[in-house]
Amino acid sequence: MASSNSPTDELSREPGLTGPAPPRTAARRATATLGAWRSEGAARWLFIWPAVLLILALSLFPLVASVALSVSKLVFNPGRVDLSFVGAANYQQLLFGLERSHFLGVLRTPTPLGWAILIGTVALTATAWIRVLRSGRVRPLGLVFRLVGGLLFIGLMGLLVQTLASDGGRPGSVVVTLIFVFGGIALQLFLGLGLAMLAVQQVPWRRFFRILFLVPLTITPVGVGYMFLMMTDTSKGPFEPVWVALGLRNFTWVTDPWLARGAVIIGDTWQWTPFVFIVLLAALESLDQEVREAALVDGASRWQSFRHITMPALLPVTTTIVLIRIIEGFKIIDMPNILLGGGPGTATQSMTLQAYIDWNTLNLGRSAAVAYLLLILVSVVATVYVSFVRRRVTELA
Amino acid sequence: MVSRFRSIAAAIVPILVLTACSPTASPSASSAPASTGPTSAPPSAPAASASQAAAASPGTKFKGVNINILTFNGPQVAEPLQRRAPDWEQLTGGHVNVVAVGFQTIYDKALLDASTGTNSFDGYVFDPQWMGDFVGPGYLLDLTDREKNDPQLNQQDIVPFFRDYNSVYNGKNYTVPLDGDFHMVYYRSDLLTKDGLKPPATWDDYLSIAQKYNGQDLNGDGQPDYGSCIAKKKGAQSYWWIISLAAGLLQSKGTSQGAFFDTTNMNPLFGQNEAMTLALQTYAKTATYGPPDELNMDVGGSRGLFTTGRCALTMDWGDIGTLAPGTFAQDKTGATITPGWKQVLDRSTGKLVACDATSCPDAVDGVNYAPFGSFGGWSGAVNAKSPKAQQDAAYDFLSYMSSPAISGIDVTLGKTGFNPYRTSQFTNTAPWLAAGLSQAATDNYLGAIKTSLDNKNFVLDLRIPQTKQYEQDVLDTAIAQYLAKELDEAGTEAAIADGWNSITDQAGKDKQLAAYVASLGIKQ
Repeated sequence: MASSNSPTDELSREPGLTGPAPPRTAARRATATLGAWRSEGAARWLFIWPAVLLILALSLFPLVASVALSVSKLVFNPGRVDLSFVGAANYQQLLFGLERSHFLGVLRTPTPLGWAILIGTVALTATAWIRVLRSGRVRPLGLVFRLVGGLLFIGLMGLLVQTLASDGGRPGSVVVTLIFVFGGIALQLFLGLGLAMLAVQQVPWRRFFRILFLVPLTITPVGVGYMFLMMTDTSKGPFEPVWVALGLRNFTWVTDPWLARGAVIIGDTWQWTPFVFIVLLAALESLDQEVREAALVDGASRWQSFRHITMPALLPVTTTIVLIRIIEGFKIIDMPNILLGGGPGTATQSMTLQAYIDWNTLNLGRSAAVAYLLLILVSVVATVYVSFVRRRVTELA
Repeated sequence: MVSRFRSIAAAIVPILVLTACSPTASPSASSAPASTGPTSAPPSAPAASASQAAAASPGTKFKGVNINILTFNGPQVAEPLQRRAPDWEQLTGGHVNVVAVGFQTIYDKALLDASTGTNSFDGYVFDPQWMGDFVGPGYLLDLTDREKNDPQLNQQDIVPFFRDYNSVYNGKNYTVPLDGDFHMVYYRSDLLTKDGLKPPATWDDYLSIAQKYNGQDLNGDGQPDYGSCIAKKKGAQSYWWIISLAAGLLQSKGTSQGAFFDTTNMNPLFGQNEAMTLALQTYAKTATYGPPDELNMDVGGSRGLFTTGRCALTMDWGDIGTLAPGTFAQDKTGATITPGWKQVLDRSTGKLVACDATSCPDAVDGVNYAPFGSFGGWSGAVNAKSPKAQQDAAYDFLSYMSSPAISGIDVTLGKTGFNPYRTSQFTNTAPWLAAGLSQAATDNYLGAIKTSLDNKNFVLDLRIPQTKQYEQDVLDTAIAQYLAKELDEAGTEAAIADGWNSITDQAGKDKQLAAYVASLGIKQ
């Protein structure tokens, strides 16, 4: 495989060596080729396969093992634990059976607003498909992926509409997770950007505030959960006098589902805004100030400068931040578990919390099934998000 | 750059020096007699046989034997074990490591450790409810003969319910009782005495007393307080209260009748019937006289509110009695048997019928009481697969902890989380008085406990395989949804019954029925 470019070929083409190669040279060439092949093969085995095997062991094996777990139930026997195959029973329970109301929620006929959202979603997805088809730049496999992704996206929007924009509907852990993810990210992005814009200014105590804004990120999520548990307790605890002074003695976060979800989002935002802040601060500090100053000299307002210079420049890094937070946010468990135990009812029960409750009662099969459905959901949402923003970012670049 | 490096180095060096000089840096085992970290037994640990142990002089009985005991990190429950461990080590020469973990983790850790053959724990101090999962596969050592012949344990001193039911599975003793857990109702005795009211005998009485005091200032701080405080947080220990409330409607013919399933066909009693509907409605009404955030309150919260004088009534295990001394509630706390009902479920029709001599043979003044042994009390068990020397030592440590002299003190201390379960703990009131209770409070508290334990209709908690799924998953979620108004009564009953039937069917109906019957001590 390396014979055409071997050193012996190069030698044979040198001036004065144009005649046919003697038999000895051919033998040497063959030996050298074999040696090269051997050394490449050895290098491949030595340097590539260990890494590949390690990745397989650490990533793929748990994935495959958890698939096996998700189609099984645990049976305890003397001296061993057996996995009994149950087929798709765990998935069936979650999507169509007893756990459906906890996992997907209670689905009802959408309100007129719900229908409008759903029709709009279908129209937008169809437009995107048509555009992709007309472009002719996508391979058949890519088309299939986009078709499946689009259908799942429409299904997800249908779920949101039937549980949130309907009479008598109730969100399950899938929709609750989506609320935490997108509600939290929107707030974190807004506050993180604001703080970064503030910290990039030449203001007194600049370094102190930069460190102060980072503190929440250094606290363990369990600690943050307990801290917010104390802070939101209006009838006892250290903040009771504050609530009483505000006339909120009988106010509670925990009986209304939306207030409870709000408390979780506030806690999560407090913890994760510093991450957004620090990355955006770095991005802001790396911007070329001369362009901005030139725009200001040319008469652009501060808003125009932000809108047309700063924002486009921040978009690539913002896209990455949002993607990281989406993937991370789907795993939320500490805050809803410690603050509210997933309550009131199941109002703050995220998918990971549902998997944890199943795992905790040693229903490992269903716990793995929830985890796998979470993996699919994260993949769909992340892919749709990346597809949606990539073209815009590329155009701006 | 150099100056910054110097300043960082100047900050780090003193920290390292301080860390190195701190007492915790020393690995000396003698300085940490009750380590909470798991350590394996030394490979050279001699396997002292029972006969050798018996013949050994004090202090050498288990010399060189290292045992690991898994329990709850409380800090209650682990506290007495860790505090008493050095004394036991002094007496026997053994060494005990108390491995304390979170409540939710004990079951998984113990079961996986035993089922995978890891066997890193020689003993467990856990919930006897889990015996159904442990005894079947043979993970626990049969302690019947040891307990019967152990003068240190003095088994006859243990109250019959805990000795003959709670520590027994399928006719054999598998656990050593360390705690007597069941629910009672606590009331503000000063308020009820002042107003000439009697402690609540029925749940209707409970609601009327709660309604009377709700919104009044009960502790003199000028702020309105609450009629009833019952911890109702999801994912905590709240699912037990509804069992206490429904028990008097579901069981009336003694412990062996069972309150969870029909013992003939394994149909859930916590299903669609009038008893459950009434229990759910009553439970929801208690919330209207409670703190605004009661749905998110765990048992620590309700105890805090009661002992600071902010609640007229509460339901709890025996802990309130020992927590009251030194608080606002000292000498203002009364305890009474969990209220009952004047009706009971007719299991054949699903309807409620009035109590009479046939339907409620043990009723008192027409009220069917069914005190609920929720959880059952922390109990010690021994790993069947541990080496014999470790089994002997683990049993001896548990027996020592349960012995009348030791437990008689520990049950009077709120910090232990242990409640009375021995006859001697009721007759000898000196430790109670020493713990800070007045004679009247002691008499009232122990009287309520004794009345509950003497009741023939005492309800045994569920103890069959997958108990955790039945209670902590299905029941807890359905009740939380009901209280949050996500489900109505019919929806809640259906959710519980369908969820329980699903678990039963998956585990095998016949197997589960046999386990339930065995757990109730019914001879098959």
